Amino acid sequence: MTLLSFKGGVHPPEKKLTKNAEIKTAPLPQKVVVFMLQHAGAPAKPIVQVGQQVKTGQVIGEPQGTISAYVHSPVTGTVTSVSKINSPVHGMAVEAITIERTSDDDWELLPAVDYERASREELLDIVKKAGIVGLGGAMFPTHVKLAPPKPVDTLIINGAECEPYLTIDHRVMIERNDEVLLGIEITKKILGVKSVYIGIEYNKKDAIDLLEKKWAGKVQVVPLRTKYPQGAEKQLIKAITGKEVPSGGLPSDIGIVVQNVSTMLAIKQAIIDRKPLIERGMTLSGECVKENGNWWVRIGTPISWVIENLGKGFVEGIEEVKVLMGGPMMGIPVSSLDTPLLKGNNGITVIQEQERISTNCIRCSYCVFACPMNLQPYLLDLLSRKKKYDEAVAIGLLDCIECGSCSYSCPANVEHVKSIKLAKKVYKALRGGKK
Amino acid sequence: MKLLTTSAPHVRTQDSTRKIMIDVLIALIPAVIAATYFFGFYALILAIVGVVSAELVELFIMRVLKKDKEFVPNGSAAVTGLLLALNVSVATPWWVLLIGVVFAIAIVKHVFGGLGQNTFNPALAGRVFLLVSFPSAMTTWYSPINKFFGMYPADIQTTATPLAVLKLQGFEAAKSFSYIDLFFGNRGGSLGETSIILLLLGFAYLVVRGRIKVMVPATYIGSVLLFSWIFYMVDPSKYGSPLFHILTGGLMLGALFMATDMVTSPMTIKGQAIFGVGCGLLTMVIRYFGGYPEGVSLSIIIMNALVPLIDRYTQPKIFGRRAA
Repeated sequence: MTLLSFKGGVHPPEKKLTKNAEIKTAPLPQKVVVFMLQHAGAPAKPIVQVGQQVKTGQVIGEPQGTISAYVHSPVTGTVTSVSKINSPVHGMAVEAITIERTSDDDWELLPAVDYERASREELLDIVKKAGIVGLGGAMFPTHVKLAPPKPVDTLIINGAECEPYLTIDHRVMIERNDEVLLGIEITKKILGVKSVYIGIEYNKKDAIDLLEKKWAGKVQVVPLRTKYPQGAEKQLIKAITGKEVPSGGLPSDIGIVVQNVSTMLAIKQAIIDRKPLIERGMTLSGECVKENGNWWVRIGTPISWVIENLGKGFVEGIEEVKVLMGGPMMGIPVSSLDTPLLKGNNGITVIQEQERISTNCIRCSYCVFACPMNLQPYLLDLLSRKKKYDEAVAIGLLDCIECGSCSYSCPANVEHVKSIKLAKKVYKALRGGKK
Repeated sequence: MKLLTTSAPHVRTQDSTRKIMIDVLIALIPAVIAATYFFGFYALILAIVGVVSAELVELFIMRVLKKDKEFVPNGSAAVTGLLLALNVSVATPWWVLLIGVVFAIAIVKHVFGGLGQNTFNPALAGRVFLLVSFPSAMTTWYSPINKFFGMYPADIQTTATPLAVLKLQGFEAAKSFSYIDLFFGNRGGSLGETSIILLLLGFAYLVVRGRIKVMVPATYIGSVLLFSWIFYMVDPSKYGSPLFHILTGGLMLGALFMATDMVTSPMTIKGQAIFGVGCGLLTMVIRYFGGYPEGVSLSIIIMNALVPLIDRYTQPKIFGRRAA
């Protein structure tokens, strides 16, 4: 069998330690902290006050502007604070609502809708009201993504899950594929598309076989070569369709929308079960936490609670640890264990730091061959560090998807991604507003 | 519990600069064995002098002159030292080699900024420096003695290299060298250049380990074959056959181990191809029309100088953009 893929990429150790672990439902935490910015775009506006009682699923934050999303209470309880706290994802203080749980779930459900009869707009409205965002990690508001500016004809479901350690999408495809398929049917209706593909890396052979059997005639299952970053949107599209998303453009420019497996599950839960996005599947893994597993957890659960109660604590005898939101390639290290889970948290990875001392580039060209965007990471790194931003942009600074393949493959441990990320921020600030 | 927040990616390859350099050194071991067999005990001495002195010079520069107390040798200097040793004649006194090593490491490598920063291949620049400074030692060649750790007798006769014979007496005279002898290395020449089969063995190791820009030797050797075939068609008595050209001189050593030096070769496939063809063309121009019988060193050095330009004009098409 020929496995489709893209040019470039790397092969980090897969470490899918939890691929056979059934997803378990975590007990409800005593306290949740819910960020008002858990999506790309403008933060939501808090609409509850301190002391107010809230139900599970009740709206506590309303979207501001087009690209924004609703935020719901993940538990039934009392609001104890509305204040700004540090978000590791955004690198700044963001408004957050703290809720102490007072009882078991007392649900406030979404409006009922018959998905077979409902119009496209009605369905889209429920997706919006459910606060659904891209659950692969990018957290782009789904109701915006499902109303693309250009007509699309193809829906691609992302089941690649190329990050090491993470297995939640894999488990969802094994355990909850009927619901995912329902989510796909709803999404097809919203988008008005006929052809649907799901791309799955070949290291999830069981999921490929299962879905090929169960989804035959409905969704085209595409086995992909196991290679990072196979699950990056542009690389996934390239592998499946052979098309390239234009530089600076969107998948809809070439008639495609990509959605994550877990997002499809969330859409089904919103439309059929009437539940907004307050819970998600997540992999807790890594060598520095005692118990690895896949869990259904409430959004807003503090990471410290997750590690203590679901992972039963850190492995003893370790003094320094990295706690990552996401996997080890693109995950964001948290600086405080009080940080709560976000909608986009497909995993918490707890690992040790590898020794990495940056030395001179020896021009081995490994980074050039690893780059899935066909960029020249060594040169971008050099220009970024020399603050030659215009030159860096000319050779594709803004095309970089920050996948980390370059730094991963570098024998000299050059921190390409670090300098590129910084250069992008500075460039955007300097050129603010100006195209 | 301390939370670390260093930047992504949080896993890194187990690879390192040192591991790459050690692989290159391993790949050169067959050539050292060949040198010791064909040119005797003194060849091994020169190889050891090259490696040890290069590392010591670099250690001194880094620790004392550049005041980098953390510096740990990474093997890159050893590669330069060994390659330089393999590029001289067994007639070279050890102290001449030492001068070449100091020039290569101190001037060519560290004055330009050290590891990764040098424009020219240090070993080749060192060789050219010795060639102009000690022309007699660098161009006196002995016949092989074909005995491990053998010693040359005091009244040793010098010999001419196959390329010198070709240049001075034409291809008929050069045919006295059999292709078998040329392939196994039974001829006069630089210590490490003679045994093609053992050079290819080391090269194969680097290919398997993914340590080499394969496009460079492929286009270098390919273009030499092509150009020499064209000239051979024009006048076979004067120019020598394509096979003769790739089996003689420093072509294999240069194409497989010198032109492929990571630091001084281009970063993209297209660039590496241009670089290889350029090396091949210049080598043949020097061999046919130059004052020297051999042109590998000079051609690679000239192409080294063009690498920044080549890199600039061979940037790959970025994903999602139209071809420029």
